[in-house]
Amino acid sequence: MARVENKVVLLSGGASGIGAATARLVVREGGKAVLADRDEAKGRALAQELGEAAQFIPLDVTDEAAWAKAVAATVEIFGGLHGLLNAAGVGVRNSIEDCTLEEYRRVNDINSMGTFLGCKHAIPAMAKTIKEKGGAGSIVNISSVLGLRGASYAMAYCASKGAVRSLTKNVALHCAQLKYGIRCNSVHPGYIDTPMIAPRLSATVDNMSGKQWLEELHPLGRLGQAEEVANMILFLLSDESGFSTGSEFVCDGGLTA
Amino acid sequence: MSELSGQVAIVTGGVSGIGAATVTLLAEAGAAVVVADIQPAAKEAPGRFVKHDVASEDSWKALLADVLGRDGRLDILVNNAGITGGWGTIETTTVEQWRRIEAVDSEGVFLGCKYAIEGMKKTGPQKSASKGSIVNVSSVAALIGSAGPTAYCAAKGAVRLLSKSVALYCAEKKYGIRCNSVHPGGVDTPIFNPLWQAMGHEQGRAMLGAHHPIGDMADPEDLGQLILWLASDRAAFVTGAELVADGGLTSGLSRRGLFGTR
Repeated sequence: MARVENKVVLLSGGASGIGAATARLVVREGGKAVLADRDEAKGRALAQELGEAAQFIPLDVTDEAAWAKAVAATVEIFGGLHGLLNAAGVGVRNSIEDCTLEEYRRVNDINSMGTFLGCKHAIPAMAKTIKEKGGAGSIVNISSVLGLRGASYAMAYCASKGAVRSLTKNVALHCAQLKYGIRCNSVHPGYIDTPMIAPRLSATVDNMSGKQWLEELHPLGRLGQAEEVANMILFLLSDESGFSTGSEFVCDGGLTA
Repeated sequence: MSELSGQVAIVTGGVSGIGAATVTLLAEAGAAVVVADIQPAAKEAPGRFVKHDVASEDSWKALLADVLGRDGRLDILVNNAGITGGWGTIETTTVEQWRRIEAVDSEGVFLGCKYAIEGMKKTGPQKSASKGSIVNVSSVAALIGSAGPTAYCAAKGAVRLLSKSVALYCAEKKYGIRCNSVHPGGVDTPIFNPLWQAMGHEQGRAMLGAHHPIGDMADPEDLGQLILWLASDRAAFVTGAELVADGGLTSGLSRRGLFGTR
């Protein structure tokens, strides 16, 4: 069964981690994936591996002009846009005392403003595709368990992911009120075994390895895999989740339970 | 002796609205209150006025130096200053508007917490168990998507989670500083002046009030009472919490947002 047959999905952060795992799944399930990322080498390599159903577009999510270009290129290459995954993000450790204003702004620009710009530019293209060709659209924004709960060591990250959580509901209601046929939901992963947390795995915390410390945080006793989050995202991108919008989807091995 | 005797409080945006009501209540409870606002001081209002731009790091440094210099200590910070920044949706909000709202509503609260903690640490323990309380005014817009413009929702969502991070950090460090967020629904303040001008105050308040299950908007004093409680030692075990005062707005299945329907 092709679950996203012929759906065109634009994925920020599509070159690695959760974005890359989702791109693989989208292609496997009959969709088209546009990998938008700052990492050209990785992104091009993955697009090539995935074949004709995938393309790479360079994207810095904090650059509005780059978003406009990425959306336009997606529509030009694949003839429309049905799905957007805002997966690009940075994980930064800082506290209220050691975070500088510059760092606070950088983290919020990438994680929060980047998601805002992605939604802003994808919505008109998605609405146009749906109006002209029918079907339905879906936006998935990657927040975090730290958009639900606080962490002393990730102040700016918490703020940025809390912003994504609230922004998602605003976008969902906007699209619903205007009857665009576009849904918008946030996904809240626990600690997932991706390049974002790699530096933390090798660190030592409370006399144990960072990896063990992070694993023990989760009632399931392990880190999540990018594919496990991608499975949830694919459900949200597909029409299987047609009645879900403005909601928080948690994939965290029981962490927030 | 009054509850907050000997304590020093800063209220940002203290000249009008929720801020002004909070200043009055904190002062009545015995605190020395610094009214930090970018607007000019109100006539015959309690507290000591200091001109302050929450979006400016230099302004925060100057404010803390001024308060510690003149008042000798800091016990309470109410991060109340905020803007809605117009009525932008996800499709119409510009990067410039986004950045302006972020700067005041999100970065302003971040800077406030950062410099207040530094100040509270410097001035040492009060006679009471509590060393400090930070109250961040978020909004129901952080909780439901229909209650504000896009960038405002995002910024208030940032404040909601930032408050928890700050609360946990201060708890781990045993600073004795608590930090909570407050989530008002519709409050009859000058933030709604454009609406009052368009349809008259009484009619505007009735219209917005009807969106709240309780049937009315809040008065600024209603929020001031909640903030006073959080600032005081009566809330000594409350930290990292989200306190909602919204007349029931977010508790049920309301289809209509605070800012009406299209």
